[in-house]
Amino acid sequence: MTKAATVAKKPKKAAGVKAKKVAVDQPLQVDEGEATVGQSFTDKAKMTMRNINVFYGDKQAIHDVSIDIAQNEVIAMIGPSGCGKSTFLRTLNRMNDTVEGCRVEGEICMDGENLYSPSLDVVELRARVGMVFQKPNPFPKSIYENVAYGPKIHGLADTRVDLDEIVENSLKKASLWEEVKERLHQPGTGLSGGQQQRLCIARAIAVSPEVILMDEPCSALDPIATAKIEELIEELSQNFTIAIVTHSMQQAARVSNRTAYFHLGKLVEVNPTEKVFTMPEHKLTEAYITGRFG
Amino acid sequence: MQATNILILILALGIFAFYIGRGRSLAMAKPLGGIRNLHSLPSYYGAYTALWCALPSTILLCLWMIFDEPLINSLVMGSISDQLADDSLATYNLQLNKISNIAEGILSSRGQSPELLIAADYMSRLQTMSQWSLTALMLCLTMAGLFLGSSKIDPAFRARPVVEKVMQNLLLACACLAIFTTLGIVLSVLFESLQFFRSVPAHEFIFGLEWSPQTAIREDQVGSSGSFGAVPLFVGTLLVSAVAMVVAVPIGLMSAIYLAEYASKSVRAVAKPTLEVLAGIPTVVYGFFAALTVAPFIRDLGTSFGLSVSSESALAAGGVMGIMIIPFISSLADDVITAVPQSMRDGSLAMGATHSETVRRVIIPAALPGIVGGIMLAVSRAIGETMIVVMAAGMAAKLTANPLESVTTVTVQIVTLLTGDQEFDSPKTLAAFALGLMLFTVTLLLNIFALHIVKKYREQYE
Repeated sequence: MTKAATVAKKPKKAAGVKAKKVAVDQPLQVDEGEATVGQSFTDKAKMTMRNINVFYGDKQAIHDVSIDIAQNEVIAMIGPSGCGKSTFLRTLNRMNDTVEGCRVEGEICMDGENLYSPSLDVVELRARVGMVFQKPNPFPKSIYENVAYGPKIHGLADTRVDLDEIVENSLKKASLWEEVKERLHQPGTGLSGGQQQRLCIARAIAVSPEVILMDEPCSALDPIATAKIEELIEELSQNFTIAIVTHSMQQAARVSNRTAYFHLGKLVEVNPTEKVFTMPEHKLTEAYITGRFG
Repeated sequence: MQATNILILILALGIFAFYIGRGRSLAMAKPLGGIRNLHSLPSYYGAYTALWCALPSTILLCLWMIFDEPLINSLVMGSISDQLADDSLATYNLQLNKISNIAEGILSSRGQSPELLIAADYMSRLQTMSQWSLTALMLCLTMAGLFLGSSKIDPAFRARPVVEKVMQNLLLACACLAIFTTLGIVLSVLFESLQFFRSVPAHEFIFGLEWSPQTAIREDQVGSSGSFGAVPLFVGTLLVSAVAMVVAVPIGLMSAIYLAEYASKSVRAVAKPTLEVLAGIPTVVYGFFAALTVAPFIRDLGTSFGLSVSSESALAAGGVMGIMIIPFISSLADDVITAVPQSMRDGSLAMGATHSETVRRVIIPAALPGIVGGIMLAVSRAIGETMIVVMAAGMAAKLTANPLESVTTVTVQIVTLLTGDQEFDSPKTLAAFALGLMLFTVTLLLNIFALHIVKKYREQYE
């Protein structure tokens, strides 16, 4: 009852705040038990998620989401604030484990291996599924140490020379090398916001993950830094599978192969990006991308 | 009237002035159509008047209290004849004391020389006069201030910036007071120490290996000449402090890490206050615990291993002291560890680091300044601690690095030097100041060193 009420209120409120937006004539909500429309599943899946439900205490944040992420694709997750897209992303490397009272139900597999099985080593999983956060969070160490952090704890380099090479390659892949090669031993926190975020990406790819999760990686950056990161995502997609959560629909349109639209904890539509942005199948997706609420 | 009474009167008048000023501004605002037509709020006009009323007189009162006594004394001493007021400072002070005691009625006036009685009478007259003139002056000044302040009130008058400025200067004055007090203590310790170094050469004090401060009070007394080598004391202090830190740093730090990183909310809610209770136990309780329980236990334990342990040992005192300072370290370290942003933890965990790797490689380095700050506080506490050492480590100044033997510390020696009968200018008493100066210097150097370490190794987030 309350849930329906909030849902019904939301678009009205948005329409009130921004006068330009057209008030919607019907309440925007996903019907109970309505299936996701579009192409959620693929043959060459890297990760498969089936019937995922996520709870924070008593509150359910994700309702019955099933989706595949294909090998080497860039999948964008869009949706209004609080729709659960970040929560969903964080279930993929079990970062939700650190949140008190968070419970995940359903099956998430990577290469056929269940991520939530008791025998799985979370530490190893997170080395295989890297993550870049919304706010750049370089460690308060030198640029070199930031990138070397992962390889060091996972023992990826036997000698100093190996480590140097990993650091250099990662920074090159993150297209940061040219800017920082002269000052590798200065603190990473002294870089600009965009450079810090690329440093975080370099740090994530230094352990050669298979999947990289990006949680609104550009929301704290200016347009030029954003453009650089987007360019970088495109390059990285040749070697990595990338799942990116974004608030910017333009960004989703620019960088992703497929786009998933979340609404109030439900996965409404998954389709190739051009299709989502040119002829969305679901009326909610259409309403969102045409800016009728958000 | 007494100075305190005058001060209370000034404050009362100040409060009165506040309401006068406020009322006056309100009365002015009424015909203009409300307080919005005043430049400042009525309370600022009130504060302005109160400041005019109370501040000048308070300052004058302080100055009066500082200069009142020396002035009267010199007047009185100037009045009595030269043969009584001898050249030497000691006689001068003696005579002055006598006069003021007679004036206050502490000393009976019978049997005193008439000249002294006249002087005493003169003194008490001067004092009475001073009191009355002070009272009158204060009353005049506060009233004048009140009228001046309230006459300045006008809707266009900018009272707010004036009050702001005065408040700023008051804050500055308070800060200066703290600084000058510190400076005063340091200088007084320094001058007394210099006096000590006149009788005992500084190099002998700083590098001497023997401490036995007993000196003969009278010429005919059989007593040792005294030797003032401070090295055994400082070695003893360092030994006891080192034992304490060996106990306190690991336990404090690790419990802080547990509380901040691993403990559930309910455990934390119970464990943290419980740990902090340790800091609230009086040191004398720790002292007898150390002397009566821990020291004999260590001695017996040592004996069973075939070691000879004295019944008062640096180990017992240091160990108990370590327990005492655990909360200093754990509480401060806990606060700084909790203050490290969650994004650092997330970043590290998302790289596939375990929780303990995250703590070791990211959180501790980021929290280092606070942790070192806590340790420094604990070290200062350990060096300055007296009671536990008096009771459990002994009094004998032995030069040893063996924690199983009894040692003594600088603070304990300062206590023993200043208790008991002693002349104020004997080297024995003055040695306390020299020790204090040394202790102060050592602690200062330690702090500077720690600051340097922090600067070098800190990993600053944001």
